Amino acid sequence: MNDNTARKTQGVTEAVAVCDISRRSQPAPGFRRKRLTAPDVFPWGTLEALESEAIHILREVAGEFQNPVLLFSGGKDSVVLTRLAEKAFRPGRFPFALLHIDTGHNFPEVIAFRDRFVGTLGERLVVRLVEDSIREGRVVPKSPTESRNAYQSVTLLDAISELGIDACIGGARRDEEKARAKERVFSFRDLFGEWDPRNQRPELWNLYNARVHDGQHMRVFPLSNWTELDVWRYIAREELAVPSLYFAHEREIVRRGTVLAPVSDLIRPAHGEASETLSVRFRTVGDMSCTCPVASRATTVGEIIAETAVARISERGATRLDDQASEASMELRKREGYF
Amino acid sequence: MAATEVLRKDFDDEFPAASKDLLRFITAGSVDDGKSTLIGRLLHDAKALMEDQIEALARASTRRGLEDLDLSYVTDGLQGEREQGITIDVAYRSFETARRRFIIADTPGHEQYTRNMVTGATNADVAVILVDACKYWLPQSRRHACVADTVGIRHLIVAVNKMDMIGYCQDAFGHIRDEFLDFAAHLHFERVEFIPISALKGDMVVERGDNLPWYGGPTLLAALEEARIPGAAYGSDDAPLRFPVQWVSRGGGPGRASRRGYMGRIVSGSVAAGDEVVVLPSGRVTHVEEIDTHDGVLARAYAPQSVTLHLEDDVDVARGDMIVAAAHRPALANVFEATLCWLGSEPMSLRRRRYYIKHGAKTVAAVLSRPSHRLDIVTLARDSREATLAMNDIGRVTVRVQEALPWDPYAVNRATGAFIVIDALTHDTVAAGMIEGPAPDSEALAS
Repeated sequence: MNDNTARKTQGVTEAVAVCDISRRSQPAPGFRRKRLTAPDVFPWGTLEALESEAIHILREVAGEFQNPVLLFSGGKDSVVLTRLAEKAFRPGRFPFALLHIDTGHNFPEVIAFRDRFVGTLGERLVVRLVEDSIREGRVVPKSPTESRNAYQSVTLLDAISELGIDACIGGARRDEEKARAKERVFSFRDLFGEWDPRNQRPELWNLYNARVHDGQHMRVFPLSNWTELDVWRYIAREELAVPSLYFAHEREIVRRGTVLAPVSDLIRPAHGEASETLSVRFRTVGDMSCTCPVASRATTVGEIIAETAVARISERGATRLDDQASEASMELRKREGYF
Repeated sequence: MAATEVLRKDFDDEFPAASKDLLRFITAGSVDDGKSTLIGRLLHDAKALMEDQIEALARASTRRGLEDLDLSYVTDGLQGEREQGITIDVAYRSFETARRRFIIADTPGHEQYTRNMVTGATNADVAVILVDACKYWLPQSRRHACVADTVGIRHLIVAVNKMDMIGYCQDAFGHIRDEFLDFAAHLHFERVEFIPISALKGDMVVERGDNLPWYGGPTLLAALEEARIPGAAYGSDDAPLRFPVQWVSRGGGPGRASRRGYMGRIVSGSVAAGDEVVVLPSGRVTHVEEIDTHDGVLARAYAPQSVTLHLEDDVDVARGDMIVAAAHRPALANVFEATLCWLGSEPMSLRRRRYYIKHGAKTVAAVLSRPSHRLDIVTLARDSREATLAMNDIGRVTVRVQEALPWDPYAVNRATGAFIVIDALTHDTVAAGMIEGPAPDSEALAS
């Protein structure tokens, strides 16, 4: 692990705005970039279809809403989402800020990655802390090491009303979870931030109904139709940087049921449990208290793709302690305003 | 060869699977036709279900005292669905085979949720309609075929399920096929395939099985792998350029002169630098100066690419305008005839309610006429006595909009012929609309 940079979330509510630097170095004025030749047959595969669809969705958000944000966690899905936003809006600025709901239990590598990433991206990052919600008594954790995953909903809904947000762009995918598979691309939230799965708006063609009343908002998921494999293939195609946690590394873990729980300040081996050090990687990165790695030796994106293509366990299946509480955990969290 | 193409080639060599094409299909059927079981079977046999998901199915099945895996749990993801044993909302599932990547929209069969079928069908290339071999052809299945037809799906696969329950009887299968072909003769499908299957036992879904020796056609999965994707032909046929403008960029980047770029997605046809185009509704004629993307400038771009167009003249273009081929213009009118699938729980209101129409990237106020007819989707008869359209009704109306819209008939161009109707008060999406053509005469608006 080479980027255990000190975290700087203490009291920071808003990261600095950096000047606009596009990913590509800009050519000098008057210079024309090299013209690409037109192929006879346009090479149209799944990634091109998904990318074009996502860009279309992002531009609809820009056109339809007054004050949207892009929910950015530093995980692979939000990295892909950010690249798609660059494809949609560069060389201009994004017509929205990035918003991170920080549980205070994030992996330090991910927070360091987030800050470096946003620095190079040149867009505004707003951070809201679950820690602040706890201090204000909006959230009362049962113990200091308890998972704060579900508490993010409170902080997120507070941020939405504080900042007057009318749309949140998220990186959720339908293949992640059964309840997500039922969700629309433009997913309506009522005054209480609640998702009502039984009363969703019909979503026809690519004509998204973005109208909301004051106090209501929309969650928008441009990656709805992507799979874990699509995300990694896109990361490979676009040569995107992702946090080091996604690649195989040595880590101290304890075995709990079918999962490998990572040892940290939040997860200590209990009496009678023995920890061991294994080569592992994370398939999702979330709250440190509930996100678990899988045994792996994949150290490159290519190896991860090969591993994902033959994986027999789903992305969240062996990696999330919180989804396994009941058959409907995700649905219940979503109804309360979760991402 | 340009640098980007070289990169692209390396990428394809390294990850050949990433260039697989994408087929979107919808599955529809009546309650208890075994649709969720079919999708579970398709995913299970295509090795697209993960071990932890199978274990969760096994746990849920055991809890209900079932001996076999209840594959329907795969798509019934909501608590209410599992409690009631029904499918409430469209579920989207992805899977891929060695040949193709698929997105399934699984739509519920319950009558009150038929609007969800329209949701799934508008983005589908192929419709798979499930028929229960024991029950023959129910009105609800006819409704599904009719909805698929109305939204322009031209390839239908009729999967005759539960063949195991009728002893894999060839005559019964033939009877259902003939009965449906009589019905389909009045619709517009270009291709209708019939496949006898047993989702429960797995016959003819992914594996052929040993029980249907008299059937020589493809399995369901093989039929889906071979289906033509109409979307793939967007750019290659002679469809004229249609480009709804979603967003206008002003920046030229640091150190560059500011110039306006029109961002959007090509919904049909293709465009090349130098092409003569018209901006609608203003009618200003100009030429395309440059086609830009984040990955570089393109000489030509095709539907359904998302690009930025720069025009030669400094014309006024805003979100909601449409840039089209100058030689092949769409109609530009504020009155037109359309078929509506009414989806709202309140019937269409002619006077009390205000509606908006979203067409392309534009939203305008609209007034809807009394329906000239309502389609009886079981008999296909046209009933002209109806005063309005209620939920699940399909009918023909005259639409008058506040500003002229550039449109093509839906049968010619799905992207510029489709619109949605939004209730101005509740903001709900209350209807799916398909433009048929110009209004016959203005008297239709009098009522």
